[in-house]
Amino acid sequence: MTRLNELTIAAARDGLAKGEFSARELAEAHIAAMESARRLNLFITETPERALAMADAADARRRRGEAGLLDGIPLAVKDLFCTEDVLTTAGSHILDGFHPPYESTVTANLWRAGAVLLGKTNLDEFAMGSSNMTSHYGPVESPWRRKGDNRPLVPGGSSGGSAAAVAARVTAGAIGTDTGGSIRQPAAFCGIVGMKPTYGRCSRWGIVAFASSLDQAGPLTRTVRDAAIMLRAMAGHDPRDSTSVDRPVPDYEAALSGDIRGLRVGIPKEYRVDGMPDEIEALWRRGVQWLEEAGATTIEVSLPHTKYALPTYYIIAPAEASSNLARYDGVRYGLRVPGRTPTEMYEATRGEGFGAEVKRRVLIGTYVLSAGYYDAYYNKARKVRALILRDFTEAFESVDVLLTPTAPSTAFAQGEKMDDPIAMYLNDVFTVPANLSGLPGISVPAAMAEDGLPLGLQVIGRAFDEETMLRVAHVIETAAGFDAEPAFVAGR
Amino acid sequence: MSLIRGRTGEWEVVIGLEVHAQVIADSKLFSGAATAFGAEPNTQVSLVDAAMPGMLPVLNARSVEQAVRTGLGLNARINLTSVFERKNYFYPDLPQGYQISQYLQPIVGEGEITLDLPDGSVKTVGIERLHLEQDAGKSLHDQHPNCTYIDLNRSGVTLMEIVSKPDMRSGDEAAAYLTKLRAILRYLGTSTGNMEEGSMRCDINLSVRRPGAALGTRTETKNVNSIRFVKQAIEYEAKRQIAVLEDGGTIEQETRLFDPGKGVTRAMRTKEEAHDYRYFPDPDLLPLVLDSEWVEELRRALPELPDARKARFIADYGLSAYDAGVLVAERETADYFEAVVRGGAGRDAKRAANWIMGEVFAALNRDGIDLAAAPVDAARLGGLLDLIADGTISGRIAKDVFDAMWDSGKDAATIVEEKGLKQISDEGAIAAIVARVVADNPTQAEQFRAGNEKVLGWFVGQVMKATRGQANPGVVNRLLREKLS
Repeated sequence: MTRLNELTIAAARDGLAKGEFSARELAEAHIAAMESARRLNLFITETPERALAMADAADARRRRGEAGLLDGIPLAVKDLFCTEDVLTTAGSHILDGFHPPYESTVTANLWRAGAVLLGKTNLDEFAMGSSNMTSHYGPVESPWRRKGDNRPLVPGGSSGGSAAAVAARVTAGAIGTDTGGSIRQPAAFCGIVGMKPTYGRCSRWGIVAFASSLDQAGPLTRTVRDAAIMLRAMAGHDPRDSTSVDRPVPDYEAALSGDIRGLRVGIPKEYRVDGMPDEIEALWRRGVQWLEEAGATTIEVSLPHTKYALPTYYIIAPAEASSNLARYDGVRYGLRVPGRTPTEMYEATRGEGFGAEVKRRVLIGTYVLSAGYYDAYYNKARKVRALILRDFTEAFESVDVLLTPTAPSTAFAQGEKMDDPIAMYLNDVFTVPANLSGLPGISVPAAMAEDGLPLGLQVIGRAFDEETMLRVAHVIETAAGFDAEPAFVAGR
Repeated sequence: MSLIRGRTGEWEVVIGLEVHAQVIADSKLFSGAATAFGAEPNTQVSLVDAAMPGMLPVLNARSVEQAVRTGLGLNARINLTSVFERKNYFYPDLPQGYQISQYLQPIVGEGEITLDLPDGSVKTVGIERLHLEQDAGKSLHDQHPNCTYIDLNRSGVTLMEIVSKPDMRSGDEAAAYLTKLRAILRYLGTSTGNMEEGSMRCDINLSVRRPGAALGTRTETKNVNSIRFVKQAIEYEAKRQIAVLEDGGTIEQETRLFDPGKGVTRAMRTKEEAHDYRYFPDPDLLPLVLDSEWVEELRRALPELPDARKARFIADYGLSAYDAGVLVAERETADYFEAVVRGGAGRDAKRAANWIMGEVFAALNRDGIDLAAAPVDAARLGGLLDLIADGTISGRIAKDVFDAMWDSGKDAATIVEEKGLKQISDEGAIAAIVARVVADNPTQAEQFRAGNEKVLGWFVGQVMKATRGQANPGVVNRLLREKLS
């Protein structure tokens, strides 16, 4: 039998339902896997006692016949979600010792569905990064290795701890947040499935904010089915988040019919960057072929403003972040570095509490909102954002989903690109348009590159049509038959 | 136009006011926390108000309704789409590091207020806009020798910022504007307008110019918290600016503070030191879109406002414009007046108005209390007026009765009964006293007969003295004339 920590969510769910093992046994296997993977620095906080208590409660519910959608399933939670009485750091020094007296809506939804908290995963500080190198708690190491090269690689970011934990079989599922690609890019780097739902599908209440108009929670799993299962439990209207949308939550798993006959798939010709390896182009073509073989029609479409998406993103996201991070002032929670005056205290606290990348973005954001620069940067970015959304709206008049690569490269080594923020930001070039337009996107592991690392394909769907997007992703997953495993698998 | 004469000629003062009025609502603008005044520090604070990580604002519908009602009361345009923006600055009592406010698209646009000025003239002051915003918390500097304490009770409380056009020209006009605005807010029940509790605060934008010249550079004097201080601050600041200009200086565009102790304004920060607030639309909140039908429902449900009530008082009760204006200035006074007039059949509205504006106001002033706490309520005052009307007591005696009522809280009839103050209208009884008084004072009687009319008044006084003021003055007059002729 497969080790319990290597089961998918669907398999664990079925095993629990059949009584093949208990939630406690499942939790114990995952806790052992978590401990065995510590050298990857996946977690900022492990919560084994809580996991066991939640697992016991799940077993008790199951005995009473009250099991929920995810009952007894252990999950890892990006340390950007506030969890009641559990240290919540956002990967930042400035939140030292912060134990929220409240639980985020998404995690509360998961616990209501019966899920079990394994621990809080490492991330780029305040979710700002594509490498997981900016965490105050140190970098996360990818479980993957390049062929013939033992240097530690980045898992991608910012949900790098969550992605690496899923890839390393420490957990079957994790939640992350995606502001510019922070779920999909690490999912592609780690050879797993990562999904950003439509903006407004999951509540942002209780998630430490990075860029409020872009942030969206989503699942990281090893299969499309697991992503569908998790999204159903996470999603839903929340009156405490004014941007959350009041629409019914469908049974996403039921959408995985395998039947995409007649579906129209758009191939946006602008999704190419200089120096993108041929093998990514080749994989993209293979994706087209898989979908056509499954009965879909592929159509080349144009999203002409794509080239402005990255600069637009790097104005809007820092602008919002500069304001969102103003509350970390040392007055009420987290780190406080004393000063003789309030201003001195702010400066000392923020100077010491924020890392270099966060400071860079706060400075950029402050600059683009400043008098005299506002129209040239922030306001123009808002206008371009509207054009980017219009590109998608027009494209979706003739297609049902879009197919693109997820990232322009495979994972890079720890330390690479650190001195070149622009090269680092380029990681998000294919993922930010979906954030700017609020659309759902999913990355599916589709092939191994020549360097021995996974590559992902991205499916972008219509707003609130995660079902069609998942159905197409599932067909790609089936056709790709991706079964490569990372060099490190927990417990082996 | 009121001008100020300086050393080098006349100056015109140009004043615009920004009023922050706390909205009467069940909870704060973006959180469910309560808003009781005077509660223990940090007991009216939600996770949102304390800007805990991941907390999000949710707009309070009641606050929106109150802002729209206020806009309607100011005859202003209601903007069916408005946008909340973030005004970014650091301050210890501003937990989010930004204030959620409205900037480019406020909920209420242009409107106007009509002022009745002390000289009897009427003036219209334009309203530029009204927008909703969050209040900040409070820094307590007196709790610890070298720490500042923070009270977040007020953090997030709903404020309406009501911005006038620069239409006022004197402290008196500014005072009349604030009085009228406060009356409208109170009639609407959208703000208590209590400046001493900080529920209403005023920033003064002021510049001076030669009559007819272009606008001068203005200063903004922040957070003045009584109408009297607003007048003082305006008078001081106008004179200061004129003195600077007449000495050949220039006015700096700056923010100033009023020191009520010394009656002066002081520079707080210059234009160069001004914050760059980096306003941008709050991404946590969608644009606020109102339904025009809902706005019309609110319009239809508005209570009668001071101007309409004044017109009705003139038309229905035959009051002078001045009296009607005084009575409607405070909703409580107008209610009191109407309760008196309507409380009994055939009550004389003009007499009621005179009594309220005379005796009642004087007593309130003397005791420093509000009408709500007056020992003589509308029913009791009505009872007193009835006794005058039916001749039971004279107007003069009525004043003594009123004082006794005020001191004891008893009704007029009881006082009259207890003190035996009933007017004597029995002609026989009065005639006997008249006869005695005339007989006792032959010299004065002779003077009257010689044509000295003034002596009659002296005789009336003697008769009244003899009856302890209770004789009916009309009867006394007539009988004296008969006796002396």
